[in-house]
Amino acid sequence: MDLSLMATSLPKLLSAAIVTLKLLSLALFFGLIIGLIFAILRINKNPIINKFAYGYSYVFRGTPLLVQIFIIYFGLGQIEYFRTTFLWVIFKEPYWCAIIAFALNTGAYTSEILRSAFETIKPGIIEAGKSLGISNNIIFYKIQIPVAIRQSLPAYGNEIILMMKGTSLASTVTLMDITGVAKYIISTTFKPIEVFIVAGGIYLFMTFLIHNLIKYLEKKYSF
Amino acid sequence: MELLSFGNTGWGDELLIATLMTIAVSITALLIGFLFSAIFTPLKLSNNKFLNFIANSYTTVIRGVPELLVIYLFFFGGSGAIMYVASIFGYYEYIEINAFITGSLAIGIISGAYSTEVFRGAIQSVDRGQFEACKVLGFKKHIYFLKVIMPQMLRLAIPNLSNVWQITLKDTSLISVTGLVEIMRQSYVAAGSTRDPLFFYSVAALIYLMLTFLSMKLINRLELNYSRGF
Repeated sequence: MDLSLMATSLPKLLSAAIVTLKLLSLALFFGLIIGLIFAILRINKNPIINKFAYGYSYVFRGTPLLVQIFIIYFGLGQIEYFRTTFLWVIFKEPYWCAIIAFALNTGAYTSEILRSAFETIKPGIIEAGKSLGISNNIIFYKIQIPVAIRQSLPAYGNEIILMMKGTSLASTVTLMDITGVAKYIISTTFKPIEVFIVAGGIYLFMTFLIHNLIKYLEKKYSF
Repeated sequence: MELLSFGNTGWGDELLIATLMTIAVSITALLIGFLFSAIFTPLKLSNNKFLNFIANSYTTVIRGVPELLVIYLFFFGGSGAIMYVASIFGYYEYIEINAFITGSLAIGIISGAYSTEVFRGAIQSVDRGQFEACKVLGFKKHIYFLKVIMPQMLRLAIPNLSNVWQITLKDTSLISVTGLVEIMRQSYVAAGSTRDPLFFYSVAALIYLMLTFLSMKLINRLELNYSRGF
């Protein structure tokens, strides 16, 4: 066991943890918006809109995240026309490609989580709103959405942890997150176990924090 | 479409073989995972605090650390560990382990952590009365487990095991970093030599979709079969 290597790689991995956290928070932010939109489309009565939202979540949940990143990063750049549009400014950066892929992926899972939360809301709550004469829109925004968010917290917590592990794939498109730096240190020192312990420890600590944050939120918003 | 033809000019046969490789790795990994959960589920359910601690650390660590990091550990550390053991026995040559074995072992250990949790949950949701009835009737421990608890547990576990299968199948794409020629690696090679990444990665995505779709159909049938009488 090489303790000095562990000590020297810790600050490098910790600074890489900032990259991981940035990727995670941006992906979750956009993913939540996408997820909410598609969950609302999913509960729409129109079969075309409904099927479209289902197709989106099916494709992104049925394929590995690695394929999604590769299609966005390597694939889209191939289209000549695409390179002339203003979007190319975003899509030529591996950083934004990774975030877009993560956001679309977590959005698909989030839409499923929120949909099932919408469907399990007790009809009594909505009926109570109606009998008080509240309009349908306000019932949706002020009653259904908050209740659905509270109900989906435990499942969403799992999704955050899965996404945090997913950000490690950013290292395959040249980003230096925790896994990227860990791989670099391993391939230069050939001491995989020491690096794994430090890098894994940082990931576990982040998992622990997320887990407790969700627990706290569940308690705070319980009813 | 020419790119997908069979033979020397197209990538169809290569991709087909790669698909079979993905299926082989996934199934091997799933079975290795079951082996691990057969060891760790009893430890999780035992009354001994120390054994609980071992099993809990296994599932917590593996489920809290990215799959890619575990694969790197096995890929870079695997041959080193084997060479260290061999050096104790006086063998100092370089040993390279097969990418298939390291890959399926790494994915198997990950999959094992998830299936351990599934089996633990399923055994705990079998009605307590069933355990007590077996004790009252004086069944031997392994018989009551195999004949009474196991069939009920499997029925509860299958829906969650299908999730574990999906996770395992998708995780095998990560083994491509070790050079094992499965769907992702083959698409990477094909994309590199034809300069057509969009096409080949889309084909890879379609193959994965097809695999998950077909396996869902199969598992649903299995689920129906195990839910008979309920």
